[in-house]
Amino acid sequence: MSATVDTTVNETLFDKIGGAPAVNAAVDIFYRKVLLDYRINRFFENTDMDTQMAKQKAFLTMAFGGPNNYTGTDMRNAHAQFIKMGLDDSHFDAVMEHLGATLEELNVPPELIAEVAAIAESTRNDVLNR
Amino acid sequence: MEHMPNLTFEEHDFTCQPGETVLDTLLRENCDIPNGCRQGVCQSCLMRSLDNAPSASAQLGLKDTLQQQNYFLACLCRPEQNMTIELPNQQGAWIEANVVKKQLLSPDILRLVLEYETEFHFFAGQFINLKRPDGLIRSYSIANIPHHENILEFHIRRLPAGQFSTWVHDELEIGMELTISQAQGSCHYLPGRAEQPLLLVGTGSGLAPLWGIVTDALVKGHSGPIYLYHGSRDPDGLYLEDEMREMAMEFENFQYTPCLSGDTMAADYARGRAHDVALSSAHSFKGWRVYLCGHPEMVNQTRKMAYLKGASLNDIYADAFHVASIEK
Ligand SMILES: Cc1cc2nc3c(=O)[nH]c(=O)nc-3n(C[C@H](O)[C@H](O)[C@H](O)COP(=O)(O)OP(=O)(O)OC[C@H]3O[C@@H](n4cnc5c(N)ncnc54)[C@H](O)[C@@H]3O)c2cc1C
Ligand code: HEM
Ligand code: FES
Repeated sequence: MSATVDTTVNETLFDKIGGAPAVNAAVDIFYRKVLLDYRINRFFENTDMDTQMAKQKAFLTMAFGGPNNYTGTDMRNAHAQFIKMGLDDSHFDAVMEHLGATLEELNVPPELIAEVAAIAESTRNDVLNR
Repeated sequence: MEHMPNLTFEEHDFTCQPGETVLDTLLRENCDIPNGCRQGVCQSCLMRSLDNAPSASAQLGLKDTLQQQNYFLACLCRPEQNMTIELPNQQGAWIEANVVKKQLLSPDILRLVLEYETEFHFFAGQFINLKRPDGLIRSYSIANIPHHENILEFHIRRLPAGQFSTWVHDELEIGMELTISQAQGSCHYLPGRAEQPLLLVGTGSGLAPLWGIVTDALVKGHSGPIYLYHGSRDPDGLYLEDEMREMAMEFENFQYTPCLSGDTMAADYARGRAHDVALSSAHSFKGWRVYLCGHPEMVNQTRKMAYLKGASLNDIYADAFHVASIEK
């Protein structure tokens, strides 16, 4: 690791969005939207809030291009139980919607939101177990 | 075949049985490990790993400084790999305190006042673990703010057949000595953002920490509105009413609402469960700071509702008064 003065060149998406503090700000807004959305909140019912918040942080960190150790198989395993409950594209789209709206609320520039959306979108087949 | 992890503790090796927590294993092997709630709340089973890091789920609620040093809660930790573990350096961790006052505040809530001599730091609203001479430990919340008299005040509700609470009510005498832990938990007032509205909801002896927090906030010059809701089924369960009403007269920004959820109709009381009354009192709690203490179900439900109505989770402080479940 070396200290660089000019960080704009090789700053990652995660850094540009604001790193861990941005994840913390986003999770509060994002998770509320998810819990208030009757289309998807049944998937989030039976877990306690602290555990859920931790997992939502994992989700957002990953979508923001931050450090994570999740593989496609992990994504499949994490969501397998929800496939049995009927998880499909419509639910995935709802989550994408809330992700975008959350970042807009935090005044993240549109081009960065597009990058985040692309990362999240790339997990669709794993999350939906196809 | 699954490999069972080994624990090394005080130079002995123990093998964890499937599904066991570190606490389960050590207690089964007759090691003397302090514990109370066995649900990751009271933190009396705090331990530290000297080699492999414990899972993050065993560190829930610990300060980040402790997490970094591989501290964990033994009752939450189901080890995935071998660990060498120790009890935290107990030096100064437990101190002695003397009973100086016992007073019934309601038919089943007792005010217990202890005096300590050793240096002791706390915030009103934090809790401590009280240890009986035979080693039984229970958590109780601190109802007073620190002052020069070196005392701690607790409100202890008698549970029918509750081991610790009935002992405090019936047998503990003035002058007797108790062992107390350091103050713990993050359910307390923090200065800064003095104009923020505060919402406090408590049931039963959950008033203890809230009364402490309100006092602390007012003493520290909190200028925003402070709303305290205290709930019980019937009037017997409410206590310190006169003191609360007096405080509300004295401080314009403090409002006290006692709530009765039972059948009793009485003037001066709101009808309904305290958290329902509290949650319907405002359209949004965006920007508010929220304190919840008492019945675990009430605390968890209200936490979620306050969050959904706009309060940031970082601004919600809660102490669920978990009662240790009977051993099977
Ligand atoms: C962070 C924290 C802070 C706390 N602060 C306080 C406080 O300020 N004041 C306070 O009074 N308590 C407080 N408690 C609860 C306290 O720690 C004890 O759990 C409680 O006093 C019971 O202990 P016990 O030994 O008397 O009962 P135990 O011997 O542990 O037995 C309790 C038994 O009573 C049963 N029971 C549970 N609820 C009821 C009920 N409502 N009616 C009848 N039976 C019931 C349970 O099934 C259980 O078997 C707090 C708990 C925590 C975790
Ligand atoms: C947009 C793409 C998605 C990604 C990248 C993603 C990612 C994640 C991650 C990383 C976890 C944590 C896994 C763990 O550590 O256990 C998780 C958990 C979870 N996800 Fe997703 N997720 C996505 C879509 C969805 C959708 C569409 C739903 C349902 C509507 C959903 C519901 C859940 C639930 C309920 C959990 C918690 C599981 C538990 O408590 O064990 N996710 N997700
Ligand atoms: S936190 Fe483990 S026994 Fe209470």
